[in-house]
Parts: sequence; structure tokens; C-alpha cells
Amino acid sequence: MAATRADRPEQAGAADTPTVEYKDYYQILGVPRTASSDEIKRAYRRLARKYHPDVSKEPDAEARFKEVNEANEALKDPEKRAAYDALGDQWRAGQEFRPPPGGRAYHREFHFGPGEEAGFSDFFASLFGGAFGGGRQAFRRRGQDQTVRIEVTLEDAFHGATRELRLQTPELQPDGQVVSRVRTLKTRIPPGVTQGQQIRLAGQGAPGAGGGEAGDLYLEVDLAPHPRFRPEGKDLYLRLPLAPWEAALGATLEVPTLAGTVSLKIPAGSQSGRKLRLKGRGLPGKPPGDEYVVLEILAPPADTEAAREAYRRMAEVFAFDPREDL
Amino acid sequence: MKPTIRGVQGVVLDEGLEVTLKEMTRLCGISDRLVRLMVSEGLLHPRGRRPEDWCFSGLELRRARRALRLQRDLDLDLAGAALALELIEEIEALRARIRALEYQLGGRD
Repeated sequence: MAATRADRPEQAGAADTPTVEYKDYYQILGVPRTASSDEIKRAYRRLARKYHPDVSKEPDAEARFKEVNEANEALKDPEKRAAYDALGDQWRAGQEFRPPPGGRAYHREFHFGPGEEAGFSDFFASLFGGAFGGGRQAFRRRGQDQTVRIEVTLEDAFHGATRELRLQTPELQPDGQVVSRVRTLKTRIPPGVTQGQQIRLAGQGAPGAGGGEAGDLYLEVDLAPHPRFRPEGKDLYLRLPLAPWEAALGATLEVPTLAGTVSLKIPAGSQSGRKLRLKGRGLPGKPPGDEYVVLEILAPPADTEAAREAYRRMAEVFAFDPREDL
Repeated sequence: MKPTIRGVQGVVLDEGLEVTLKEMTRLCGISDRLVRLMVSEGLLHPRGRRPEDWCFSGLELRRARRALRLQRDLDLDLAGAALALELIEEIEALRARIRALEYQLGGRD
């Protein structure tokens, strides 16, 4: 039976403090509350390998990794773990949790490495955030770098675009509490960005402490799927369907590029899978990428008597064996 | 609602970007020594012979930051991080190749 807030008299009188969502750090790491520090370490490593954003292909890897990292941060340090354990085991994940006033009720001083507090939940901040020395923050520290994934359409990657970003940044309050603040910034995506490429925005990461400079913000480009083109680096691939007679006799066709259509001469005697290169028609750069047009011959349906008759005549005329090499 | 910060200029970390050893240490938040170690480990391949002439591309900067993240988060040594990174990059390249080839073969993706 989950405890409700009314069961917890020590929370009374803290009505002004906003509630945060309780996190079950043991559940996140998949270990019992009695786990040894070795077990915690092993569980963390296993999950970190599984969900590390640089390794994992899981769709929610980034969020999961953050959670795992936060749980490890809270449980690997005996003092922090003791403070967390002192909340009791009657809480359930996601439950409304009202932090004790001042957020420092359980402990005196926790030591964080550079920027370690960045990216942790409000629950973590409410529990451990008071540890920064309540405005007495003495040592100067550069803010943490942040990495944000942005989805960019191929059109925007080609032409460049202006993007408005909403970012959550942890900020140290004068009283030592860490709160996350939302800010908006506008930046230009330059033309020619490719899948996975990063854009560095100097000084737009997490703010520094004690007069230290802010970290940097890195935008990581994720190209949105495109109905026509497939990118590979700066090159683009386009599948171009052809009628058999266009491939056999040759044709000049209008084909799409990201800059508009261009005329492309299909050489007579082309087969499916043939690649024609449109030099410099890929994503811009020095040098720009190319567009590869991949020919795909489609057989027209034989759905009328006239069409079937045409196929029968073809069979007579060609004496063609497509399987002679089999 | 806070005002929007406008006109923030970004720099694309691509092969065109040139990063010196000093900038590398600042941007990665690491020591000179560690950058040299990453070079001797074969993780980074700067142009230039002597460290003071070293010039890294934007892609190398990204590699360095990734390797450091892997090292820190997965508790690896530098050689382990280098190996992980090489494999990750190879997988990424192969995935991109597969996507392009599947498309060329007419597969629905």
C-alpha cells in the first residue's frame, strides 16, 4: 500500500514547496534496496552499456541513460545513498514528493564533480541540490556542455534554416538550490549539414558556477526521413522508375533534385540498378555531394487484352531468355 | 516567458573546421597530456608533426568528446574507449550503407 502525503506528518508545513516526482533509484537500476555497492556498480555498468546514447539504438536511450546515471549518482556515494534511504521505502516511483524545506534537511555537504548536477531531475535536485553551499559557492567552475538532438529535414539541410530551440538548463540559485529553467534561442542551421553532424554554439550550455564561463551547446543533426531521397553523407540517392521502352530506347527526363528539377539523359540500353550521377547535386559543401539516380524499370501491367497482346508480340519478337546465366 | 536569445552563431564540426591543440583541451575540458595520449593511442589523427603544429578537424573534436564520454560513463580506459568508438563508427557507416543499398534495391523502408 503506497503511502499518501497525509501519512507523512513531517511533510506538513511545507505547503509552499512545489512537489516533485519521486524516483525509485533501486528500481531504475534493478537492484534490491539491500544491494551492495559492488552490485550497484555492476548494475549501473550493464545498463549504461545498454542505454549509452553513443552506443544504443533504443529509441528512448537518452532518457533511460539519464535516469540510470542519476540513480547511480545517488546510490554510489554512501552519504547520498543514506540520505535517499532515509526517505523510507514506502514511496513509489512517480508519486508526488514534497521535498523538505531548504532541501538540505538530510545532510551537510555533498561534493559534485564539474557539472555533475546538470541534467538531473528535479527530485534529485530537491534532495541533493542544497549541497552547493547556499550561495557560499567559492570555486569557479565552467558550466557543463550540453548536447541536444535536432531533427532537420533534407530541404533544411540543403538550404539552411533558422531554428528556434527550447532548452532546459539547470541553474544554481543563490540559496544553493538547483532549478531547471526553460530558455529559447534562435540559431541558424547552415546549409550542408549531414546525419550525425554536430554544430557547436559557444557559451550556450549550462551556466558556470562561481564566475566560471558557461559550457557549450552542441546540436546533433538527425536527418528526417525524406519521401524521395536517401542521404549517405553528403550524397543523395534517388530511385527513378522507368518504362521498359524508356530504358531500352533512351530518354531525356525531368528528375527532382533538392534545388528543383533537372534534365537527365537516360542512355539507351539502360538496365535496372544502373546509377547515373548528377555531380554536385547532393548536399552543399566543399566539395558538395552528388546525387545518384538509380534506375528502376517497371513492367507495365497486362490488364487489358491489348496489353496482353503487346506482351505476346514482345515474346515473339525478342526470343529473350533472362535466365540464361542461371 | 523569457525573451528569445537571437542570432546565436553556430560552428559546424566538419572536416573544414581547424582546431588547435590548445582549443582541443579547452573544448574537451581535458589536459594537454590527455590529448597527446589520445593521439598516441591512435584515436585522433591531427595534421602537423609537432604538437604545437597539430591541427584537428571538427570531426576529430567530435571523436574526442565521444571517446571521453564513453570513457567516463562506461568506466573504460582510453584504449577501451578507442576500440568502442572505432566499432561504433564502423556500425554507423555500415548502417548508412545498408539504408542506401536497401533503397537502391527497391526495398520499402
